[in-house]
Amino acid sequence: MGDRKAGVWWTVSGMVILVWALFPLLWMVSLSFKDPDTFRSQEPTFFPQDWVWDNYKTVFTDSLFTSALRNSIGIALIATALSVIIAMFAAYAIARMDYPGKKFLLSMALAIAMFPQAALVGPLFNMWRNLGIYDTWIGLIIPYLTFALPLSIWTMSAFFRQIPWEMEQAAQVDGATAWQAFRRVIVPLAAPGVFTTAILTFFFCWNEFLLAISLTSTDRARTVPAALSFFTGASQFESPITYIMAASVVVTIPVVILVLIFQRRIMAGLTAGAVKG
Amino acid sequence: MALTDVRVAPPEPEPAAEITDRARHERRLGLILSAPAFVVMVFVTAYPLVYAVVLSLYNYRLTDPAGREFVGLGNYATVLTDPVWWSDFGTTLIITVVSVAVELVLGFAFAFVMYRVIRGRSWVRTGILIPYGIVTVVSAYIWQFAFQLDSGFVNQWFGLGDFNFFGERWSALFVIILSEIWKTTPFISLLLLAGLVQVPEEMQEAARVDGATAWQRLWRVTLPNMKAAIMVALLFRTLDAWRIFDNPFIMTRGANDTETLSFLAYRQNVTLVNLGAGSAVSVLLFLTVVVIAFIFVKGFRTDLSQVRGDR
Repeated sequence: MGDRKAGVWWTVSGMVILVWALFPLLWMVSLSFKDPDTFRSQEPTFFPQDWVWDNYKTVFTDSLFTSALRNSIGIALIATALSVIIAMFAAYAIARMDYPGKKFLLSMALAIAMFPQAALVGPLFNMWRNLGIYDTWIGLIIPYLTFALPLSIWTMSAFFRQIPWEMEQAAQVDGATAWQAFRRVIVPLAAPGVFTTAILTFFFCWNEFLLAISLTSTDRARTVPAALSFFTGASQFESPITYIMAASVVVTIPVVILVLIFQRRIMAGLTAGAVKG
Repeated sequence: MALTDVRVAPPEPEPAAEITDRARHERRLGLILSAPAFVVMVFVTAYPLVYAVVLSLYNYRLTDPAGREFVGLGNYATVLTDPVWWSDFGTTLIITVVSVAVELVLGFAFAFVMYRVIRGRSWVRTGILIPYGIVTVVSAYIWQFAFQLDSGFVNQWFGLGDFNFFGERWSALFVIILSEIWKTTPFISLLLLAGLVQVPEEMQEAARVDGATAWQRLWRVTLPNMKAAIMVALLFRTLDAWRIFDNPFIMTRGANDTETLSFLAYRQNVTLVNLGAGSAVSVLLFLTVVVIAFIFVKGFRTDLSQVRGDR
């Protein structure tokens, strides 16, 4: 009896957490469907009086937003791919080999994970202007890559360490070549870790704001978070609030989809190697 | 176990010459594989940091390149005697202490629920990840518009009339901190959940048999066994909160004394293109982070390089 009562109590608590996590999203969606002209003329209500699609039409016809969306997708995907590849080499070496400087590399990655990005905006701003990559994709990809690397290296090496590497030798004993053994045995075991790391890295690049507004000045490379902060709506007399929320819904959709599909992996990735012992 | 103790030695004994050959080959390959990561990280952090130190010794505005001159530590003196630096320092400190403290308590509560809940467990675990994935700028707007007079519902729901949350420092900080807490509590609670799972169930059982109350079990068994998890969560969240930029930038643009240190660095360097003083702010910001990390390492007597994994 006591157990069942406790079970109910935990279920209720779980629902409270769900409401806490999702309620603000409901507010975002609700605001994004409000009529931009009238939403502030009456007392503001939580749900719209009339549900309208106007805000979504506006954001998708606004070149500032569409180019920002393109930039965000391109920059985040390229930075993620490069970061995962580079980190994969390093994590493989860390998990698999003995060489001098390994501990140093891990410590350095940890130090960079704690690095205040704001401390770099000045120097990078100046360097990028001198190099001619200010306000370009590459100008954002390079720092994103760097700040995503520590997370990628730590997470992947934690995953890679759990791989029973002896299996590769066992396969070789059974007659496979070294490459076959690696490809058939190790790659499938490592793939989930690599993939998880890629999702976390993508979240990081998708979210980044400080460097995005510091190292861009036009819609050439400005990403969605940066563009959102400059969004003014259809005309200067209208309040941009409802448009901003519609744009926010659009950039939140990929996050929600990734979370729904890969919940377990994301949790594993966030806690990989973090708290053992 | 130290980081160098990972299983790497060849499994079966081999002639000495071959081992050294193998070892040499392995060392080279290891270095080659690590080199790209090393180079990128140095190029984008170490080099600009050194560059920032150099720039900070000059009086240098992009609007007046010809007026560039060496001023030694003058910029540091200017920054450190400016009330803006100390005001921003205080704001950053308040945001960090309050948000991390609340997140730790809330994160524990969430971790316990996620650990115990049976019905809808995967729903709760999926749901809690969503704030973590939300773009911080979006989260800042969501909360800003909820508290704003012309768009929000908060004043109506809580009968606050036309109280302007963004009109004064403390209420604006309240909303900024609330947004920060909403967005990052999932991170802390997931780390704590991972720590909670590691606490041996038998120890709990033994304590229960010995007649320990739930409260005693929490303080004597659960928490001590989660020390590593708590340490990691605290360290990462503290340094993360200390770098806060997005929320105040979106909600207040730094008005009413809500500017943080990262914001100050951004404003000096990018908005005012005052690279000399801006670099001094950058270097000082970097130093505060080093000091915080140092305090954590000393305080918890833990080797930083062992904080994550490999034990």
